[in-house]
Amino acid sequence: MDWLYILMPIAGVKIFWPGLIILGIGVGIIGGFFGMGGAWMVTPGLNILGFPMAFAIGTDIAHMAGKSLISTMRHGKFGNVDYKLGCIMIIGTVAGFEIGAQMIMWLERIGIVGPVVRWMYLVLLALIAWMVFHDVAVKRRKEREAVAAGKEVDKLATGIEWHKTFHKIKIPPMVHLKVAGIYCSAWLPITVSFFTGWLAGILGIGGGLIRMPALIYLVGCPTHVAVGTDLFEVMISGLYGAASYTFKGRVELVAAIVMLVGAAMGAQVGSVATKYIKGYGIRIAFGLAVVGCLISVLLKLIPNYFPAAYHVCDVIATVLILGLVAAMSVYITVKMVQGAKQEIAAKKGRV
Amino acid sequence: MKSVVQKVVLVLTTLWLSVPFAFAAGAGGAAPIVIVADSRKLTGVMAWWANLYNESHVYFTICTVILIPVIGVLFGVLADIVMHFIGIDLKSRELSEH
Repeated sequence: MDWLYILMPIAGVKIFWPGLIILGIGVGIIGGFFGMGGAWMVTPGLNILGFPMAFAIGTDIAHMAGKSLISTMRHGKFGNVDYKLGCIMIIGTVAGFEIGAQMIMWLERIGIVGPVVRWMYLVLLALIAWMVFHDVAVKRRKEREAVAAGKEVDKLATGIEWHKTFHKIKIPPMVHLKVAGIYCSAWLPITVSFFTGWLAGILGIGGGLIRMPALIYLVGCPTHVAVGTDLFEVMISGLYGAASYTFKGRVELVAAIVMLVGAAMGAQVGSVATKYIKGYGIRIAFGLAVVGCLISVLLKLIPNYFPAAYHVCDVIATVLILGLVAAMSVYITVKMVQGAKQEIAAKKGRV
Repeated sequence: MKSVVQKVVLVLTTLWLSVPFAFAAGAGGAAPIVIVADSRKLTGVMAWWANLYNESHVYFTICTVILIPVIGVLFGVLADIVMHFIGIDLKSRELSEH
């Protein structure tokens, strides 16, 4: 069974390559569907497969850039990417990310980086999960009220509408983002991207997990456009991160390419699935993924206070993340296949 | 003008070098860098790749940054062909909800 293992030229470790493809497929599906890089899934996955943590992070970022490019191409064809918005947001993202990075070094110097990052991550995930499910609850309440009043339910209606308040701020220059259907001050996406970039820099993540809901709830993008535009951002930040990590010898390109084989397939499935699953379906699934991530971070925090529970918590966190990736991937794939079948059947019916 | 350029280069270099600290933050302490890749057990392309790394990190980085998008585009185009062959419409999507 030696052929199932490949010797990594830089890291010098032997890796089970089918595992890399499976991981690539899973994260490709989820990343293409939710519009995120998926570092929170891949890094522990690569670590389990035998990569040292530094290589796991670097390789993850390198593969993330390629995978996001594939997903962006697909979403771009569906008209889900607002390139203008993406380019405006790069300014804020880079500035915010670098300030976050500087803050991390400062926190490292005063010796409190670990607890600050973990607790901040936890609070942020809880906030995102609350935001998503609160939004769903508000939308349902609005629908119930419309039905009770005998009015027709607006299919394009949303729950939380904070973005409408932000759109009232008319500080020049104003921009018209045609794909997203937004007319707002350019400072809104710049400010939002600055804060999401800052948080990503502090937390050491790509930022898709934060940027996607921020695009929806603060900037006011439709869900599909938020997913596509976020992937465009992830692609650029991924390439930047990949260059930086490669220069420091922390990227195993061979592993990233093997993962890309799986991710290319997965990204197609995830991106095409957004065609068949409604905006709120994506939001609910995203909320569940965030809850899973929240629990896994919590499990990693417990051993800091109860060291004896380290192994138990580690196993549960790993099983939870891998189980979540598997369950989500299966759900998205099934929905994509069902939708594609219906579409092909409808086409044949017309002919 | 020259001093402004120097300052910009200095700031950009500092920012560039600070990125890994940020990325590594979520995962605890950063691991030591691999200075020399062990290419003794490798053959063919793998040995060439490890040697490229040993000879110049700059060339190695440039190759990686070029290869990632190229491979991404290749896989993307390949998948396009497959999807088109299956019969999935890749050019339009109904706006079903906000």
